[in-house]
Amino acid sequence: MTAMAGASDAAVAGETARRRGRGWLLLVPGMLYLAVFFLYPAVQLFLTSLYDPSGSYETGYALTWHFGNYVDAISSTWNLFVRSFLYAGIATVVCLALSYPLAYAIAFKAGRWKNVMLVLVIAPFFTSFLLRTLSWRTILADQGPVTGFLHAIAVLPEHGRLLATPVAVIAGLIYNFLPFMTLPLYASLDKVDHRLIEAAGDLYSNPFTGFRKVTFPLSLPGVVSGTLLTFIPACGDYINAELLGTPKQYMVGNRIQSAFLTEHNYPLAASLSIVLMAVVVVMVVLYVRRAGTEELV
Amino acid sequence: MDEVSSDRRDLHLERVTKRFGDFAAVDDLTLTVPQGSFFALLGPSGCGKTTTLRMVAGLEEPTQGRVLIGEEDITGLRPYKRPVNTVFQSYALFPHLTIFENVAFGLRRRGVKDYKAKTEQMLELVQLAPYGARKPAQLSGGQQQRVALGRALINEPGVLLLDEPLGALDLKLRRQMQIELKRIQTDIGITFVHVTHDQEEAMTMADTIAVMNHGVIEQMGAPGDLYENPQTTFVANFLGQSNLILSGVTDPAGDTVVVDCHGQKVGLDAARAHTTNGQGWLGVRPEKIFASAAGTEDHGDVNLLTGGRVTDVSFNGVSTQYLVGMPWGQELMVFEQNTGRRAPFRNGDGVDLAWSRSHSFLLDAVQDAHAGVITPEDAE
Repeated sequence: MTAMAGASDAAVAGETARRRGRGWLLLVPGMLYLAVFFLYPAVQLFLTSLYDPSGSYETGYALTWHFGNYVDAISSTWNLFVRSFLYAGIATVVCLALSYPLAYAIAFKAGRWKNVMLVLVIAPFFTSFLLRTLSWRTILADQGPVTGFLHAIAVLPEHGRLLATPVAVIAGLIYNFLPFMTLPLYASLDKVDHRLIEAAGDLYSNPFTGFRKVTFPLSLPGVVSGTLLTFIPACGDYINAELLGTPKQYMVGNRIQSAFLTEHNYPLAASLSIVLMAVVVVMVVLYVRRAGTEELV
Repeated sequence: MDEVSSDRRDLHLERVTKRFGDFAAVDDLTLTVPQGSFFALLGPSGCGKTTTLRMVAGLEEPTQGRVLIGEEDITGLRPYKRPVNTVFQSYALFPHLTIFENVAFGLRRRGVKDYKAKTEQMLELVQLAPYGARKPAQLSGGQQQRVALGRALINEPGVLLLDEPLGALDLKLRRQMQIELKRIQTDIGITFVHVTHDQEEAMTMADTIAVMNHGVIEQMGAPGDLYENPQTTFVANFLGQSNLILSGVTDPAGDTVVVDCHGQKVGLDAARAHTTNGQGWLGVRPEKIFASAAGTEDHGDVNLLTGGRVTDVSFNGVSTQYLVGMPWGQELMVFEQNTGRRAPFRNGDGVDLAWSRSHSFLLDAVQDAHAGVITPEDAE
């Protein structure tokens, strides 16, 4: 009897261990992929940022732990960093303001049109990012309809233009990243239990207070992930500044792109990339701490 | 509660109808719940009881009719303007707020200054004082239920609505909470309107029960009255169990109505005969019947049906349930306390069934004898 019990205990323990092993096994492909395609390049990028800056494409590069690259990178391009964070920040705030009502309407009011509306939100992805941004050149062109309308209602001065201005670059960013804000917002609004809103009404909240005290706090995880998904890629974006702006609107991404691909100044490009990454990580950590998402259920 | 006005704040529903498309969920319902009473709306799922509750809460709008509290017509008021609070079936606790914040929610929305002290008191009342800083997800089902109750009660509503509040609890906890709810209601004297499909729960707690079926009230009264003197087959079957035997009325005059029950004469009090001509369902509760070995019972003043034969015996501790096959083919239920005064009957034993005249009732024969019978599928 006891022997049998002991044997079955051992079997149970073995089974548990096997299950735990299986859990780890499931992680392996993803981990391997990340190690090869993220960790290795990241280390490589970091080492590149410390190469001797006097090296060149022809003469080759030497790893001399030249931390001065960072000083050069920051002192020569700090204004691009400021501009990137400013543009990305404005784009994120506008995206949030546009997406929240949209996501709210899809989650609560769309009824059977919900899926159609969600498809419409992601429909732009069926066309290439580049093509869509190029078409904005037409939309915002000097003789185009938008500019014409703004002239007509005297919002733009007589020779004022949209293309090649910060407005165009930020508008492009907003357009391109809107779905990344809308979808997480929708996902967390859709999860909000309608009965909680009814309960708020039962407890003397008018619809606005109910939104402020119940619906909005419950949608915060969506707000946090939406703003991150918008802000982080917008910081590193260079296509919008390239196609809709001029060098006066260039963001740090443009500088990194030209350093890598045109000037072949790999140490500069790498140290710029590392600085951008580090600043974004610090900002995100501070933001997530402040938003306190870990406390949200 | 409003201390200046001393007028009664009874809840009135006047000819209230709620239609969803062609379907009348609640059909021309009129009902008064006296202030301070514990009122139960009892019925199977889909009978309209929850819809009735939601109309009082303001979460549904009546198609027709009026809802009043005292003299005040609240039919058109938005939920947040009504002196009514609800304990929801799902509890609907705010997951992002602490227990304290959940309970204080209503007071703070109304700008009550000393909400902190009141909230502490309420947490005390529902025995959750040590849990104020926790989130709902950190509490057990029974504790969450008490938070939902405290969150509603703290507002001292004119009427507290409870929508199957104990449905999610296991049996033992439910029994405990029933006693608890009844104690709190007696202590604070707020009107409770309690919706449930559990007849035992309704009978345990309520002063008055309204049995609903198909959007109308079948019968309303004190639990004892409903149980002892049901007026419809639905009530007879839904509240407890009943034996219903098709009988012809032979003598409707006088204090005792006499019916012919497949050739045997049976009498009942005139006040309990809800039909007096032609045929009717003669009803008697299984626990009211006394079974004795065939031929040993004196006819005397009791009703007696002879010629029965035990077809099934199930022993369940405190009592034994017999099925007794009668000469006309029907099986009657008999519950007997296990007093041990006599050995239990066995299958095939011949028995006579006796019960007091004051324990019979007579219902209209046009009604379905199986209306309101709780089948295993309904049990959930």
